[in-house]
Amino acid sequence: MSPLLIISISVGYVGLLFLIAWLGDRREKAGKSLVNNSAIYALSLAVYCTAWTYYGSVGRAATSGLGFLTTYLGPAILAPVWWLLLKKIILISKTQRITSIADFISSRYGKSTWLGVLATLIAVFGIIPYISIQLKAISTSFDLLVGHGPLNHPNPTQSPFYLDTALYIAIALAAFTILFGTRNLDPNERHGGLVAAIAFESVLKLVAFLAIGIYVTFGLHGGFGPLFEKAAEVPSIRQLFTLEAVGLNGWEWFWLVFLSMSAIMLLPRQFHVAVVENTNPAQVGRASWMFPLYLLLINIFVLPIAVAGLLLFPEGSVEPDSYVLSIPLAMGQETLALFISLGGFSAATSMVIVAVIALSIMIGNNLVLPALLRSQDFREGEYRSLDTGLLGIRRISIVVVLLLAYTYFKAVGEQYTLVSVGLISFTAIAQFVPVVLGGIYWKRATKKGAIWGLSVGFLVWAFTLPFPTLMETELFSSRIMEEGLFGLPFLRPHELFGMSGYSPVANAAFWSLLLNTLAYVVVSLHSQQSPLEVSQADLFVNIYKYRSGSSDYEVVRRRAKVRDIRLLLNRFLGVPRANTLLNAFENRHQLDLSAQLNAPPELINYAETHLAGAIGAASAKIIIGSITKEDPISLEEMFKVLEQTKEIVQYSKALEKKSAELERTTQQLQEANTRLQELDRLKADFITTVTHELRTPITSIRALSKIMLDAEELPRGQQQEFLNIVVSESERLTRLINQVLDLEKIQSENEASPLRPVNFSEVAKRSYAGLQQLMKDKHIRHELIIEEQIEVLGNFDRLTQVIVNLMSNAIKFCKPDKGYVSLRLKRSGHLARLEVTDNGPGLSAKDQAIIFDRFTQISDEIKGKPKGSGLGLFISYTIVEQHKGSIGVDSEPGAGATFWVELPLRGVRRL
Amino acid sequence: MTDKNSTKVLLVDDEPNIRVALRFLVQNEGYQVLEAANGEEALQKMEEHQPDIVVLDVMMPGIDGFEVAKRIRATPNFEHTRIIFLTAKGTQNDRFQGYATGGEVYLTKPFDNAELINTINEVVEFG
Repeated sequence: MSPLLIISISVGYVGLLFLIAWLGDRREKAGKSLVNNSAIYALSLAVYCTAWTYYGSVGRAATSGLGFLTTYLGPAILAPVWWLLLKKIILISKTQRITSIADFISSRYGKSTWLGVLATLIAVFGIIPYISIQLKAISTSFDLLVGHGPLNHPNPTQSPFYLDTALYIAIALAAFTILFGTRNLDPNERHGGLVAAIAFESVLKLVAFLAIGIYVTFGLHGGFGPLFEKAAEVPSIRQLFTLEAVGLNGWEWFWLVFLSMSAIMLLPRQFHVAVVENTNPAQVGRASWMFPLYLLLINIFVLPIAVAGLLLFPEGSVEPDSYVLSIPLAMGQETLALFISLGGFSAATSMVIVAVIALSIMIGNNLVLPALLRSQDFREGEYRSLDTGLLGIRRISIVVVLLLAYTYFKAVGEQYTLVSVGLISFTAIAQFVPVVLGGIYWKRATKKGAIWGLSVGFLVWAFTLPFPTLMETELFSSRIMEEGLFGLPFLRPHELFGMSGYSPVANAAFWSLLLNTLAYVVVSLHSQQSPLEVSQADLFVNIYKYRSGSSDYEVVRRRAKVRDIRLLLNRFLGVPRANTLLNAFENRHQLDLSAQLNAPPELINYAETHLAGAIGAASAKIIIGSITKEDPISLEEMFKVLEQTKEIVQYSKALEKKSAELERTTQQLQEANTRLQELDRLKADFITTVTHELRTPITSIRALSKIMLDAEELPRGQQQEFLNIVVSESERLTRLINQVLDLEKIQSENEASPLRPVNFSEVAKRSYAGLQQLMKDKHIRHELIIEEQIEVLGNFDRLTQVIVNLMSNAIKFCKPDKGYVSLRLKRSGHLARLEVTDNGPGLSAKDQAIIFDRFTQISDEIKGKPKGSGLGLFISYTIVEQHKGSIGVDSEPGAGATFWVELPLRGVRRL
Repeated sequence: MTDKNSTKVLLVDDEPNIRVALRFLVQNEGYQVLEAANGEEALQKMEEHQPDIVVLDVMMPGIDGFEVAKRIRATPNFEHTRIIFLTAKGTQNDRFQGYATGGEVYLTKPFDNAELINTINEVVEFG
């Protein structure tokens, strides 16, 4: 056949589609929508049947018999519960003006930008293999019709790229999709004309497939009976009709059915036609039996065609994926073949158009816009509608997605069958199942959980399915397949965690979904929801409640100016639509907005919902955020909200915990306060005592100086005596001040300096040596007895201070004649014991009790008060206490005294 | 009782240097001076000499000044003895306690020499 003929027929067909779409849009605008009925809705859902179905099912049936059925069993099984599941999703999406599956997920989890980005990336990377197989199907059928390229495994990789059919098809499809999907910007992403065209294509592909089926079954073989009789004579074909023989078991079937169930709901294009383009939720009911009927019809002739293909072509001579077209061509039925290829073209184009439009909406609204909007103030700058910009973004995304799909096709797609590549996409999309199902039935699910679940599922998917296919491109070492990632055998993509014996898809689906769900649930249970998440979760889970009542439900009260809201609506929706919306609002609420400066909260919500329809929930949140100020709501209001969400129990538990914490804190504070008061009292006592001790010498100094000043003639001797007193009292004053400062230093040092190992014997020796001369001068007999080398934990200087203080006291109080002082160091159990002994007057039991208090000085009957500040022993006491030791005195009046210090040992060394 | 030579003043303080100053001042004014270094000694000197004026410190080892004052007031023999507190304790509370235990005048350390002598003279004069 001449390529020109095929191309002109294709272009003519596309022209017809445009006509339908144009008519559809016109009827839509006139208010007489073509697409507002259940049959069209059901036919639009049939966008599910792509080239995969049209060509791939026969191919699959020819190699693995009934295995092809799983793709259609899933949706058929799920259809009866659509009225429950799909209707809920539609209601939520209409209320929230949701425009894509990524938008749905982002909106549910607090309108999270990141989640929107993540879901978009998964959708884009997940769908690219799927789009690539459509390119493959169209280009293969084109090559078959034109007749160049061998029937058996056409291998276009060897021809230069500019002769590559698939590239031109990709470019044509991009142009086609841009013309179809981005002519204008609909605020709700509804495209009535597009839906009409898709429905038409669904009819065409069904009719074409039935035509080839009837031709093959009845025209060539005289009915089902004779055909299967002939087939049963060939053992290799007979084998196909058993389940076990083709390697399919219950586990495989389960996963394939599960994957197709997820696909029918969550594939971006299915979500688009089923949810976004839906005009009336009531249509779901009838569609739930019409759609399975369509699936039944399009599958009736799959096996007969496959069998006929196997009978006609010796095994391996023709790719089973192309039987649908190869049979009529081989029979010389060129006109029929052309019509059949048109059916295949319909199947592929409808999928590509809707999928790419859905992806471009996601990329625009969830990927590009949030990034652009982040830092802008939309009130400022000249007025410029974003429409053009938004459409530009969409057009670029369409081209990018199709080029990626083409690249994937060139790199990988040619080596794999249509169905096996399609299943890679299904598995990617199935990653949305936990977050979507959890999102509409499990209120506790959090944004963090969703992010973790999706990320984990996506990574496992990427590693187990597309990654191995990329090995073919030799971008990666294929050693990973045999030896596992990082050489770890349990990280082999197709036998993850050592699970082998199943197909890569079943394996990947199992592990990715298991880990995805686990991460989602576990992280959700261990993370908190923000107020916005709480309200969105409640809205999604209890959508029926909000449908009946008002949907005004806030956790944050927002303030904005009416003028700003009008500006935003003008910019994003266009002036006419903004006016319509604001008028509608005024009518509904009986308001005159032009008279108001501040926007009522309902208006802010209203504007956000409608903006969300145009640019996605996350972007709408950002731009509304740019013109509003948020007031956190009061506690009472929060409680009201919490009551509504029935999470008051959780929160009151948290409050109880908080109040218990507060109680504990209060108690701790009280204790601390008591301690502080006690310290304060001690400090005050100390200051009183110190000032008293300071007054005493000053009193003598002042009185005596004044006497000498006043008295004209004072005997020389008396003057001398008075001056001596003044000097000694001044010295006393100095000593006192020094010691007070010293004490303060020791006490603050306590926290600062850690104790270090100190040779206590060395301390004793040095202190003793320092006082030796003084004792000699006073003719005091003295002795140093060190029984052992002893180490303690402590501070060398401070311990020296203690020993010097005790020895000075001994020197001061020992007998004036025949004085005796000794210093002894020994071990006593686990303690180091230091003793300073004198032969002075000794201490009474009463004095022993108070001797270590501050400012205690024991007066002597005859000698009166001793020299000193009264702080010496107190300082020693403080130091010893800081060394975790004890200090004391053994004495009897008239029998001398022994002051002792005991410190914990660090280590003992024999001499 | 205007004859200073026959007026006996007992100085009670545990600080010998303060007693040196006090003794000089009071003797210089012409009074007879007695001394005690603590409460017990003070009460003993009271018994022995029955002084007219007691200049009394408060913070002393053993019996403190307030206690000494109470005991003096409790003894009928010492009815005419006048007590002047001379102490470093200067709070309002201490003053109250001083007057409550029977002190005539309450002076704080460090004191002004002239003020102390004038006070003693006044107490002697007007009793």
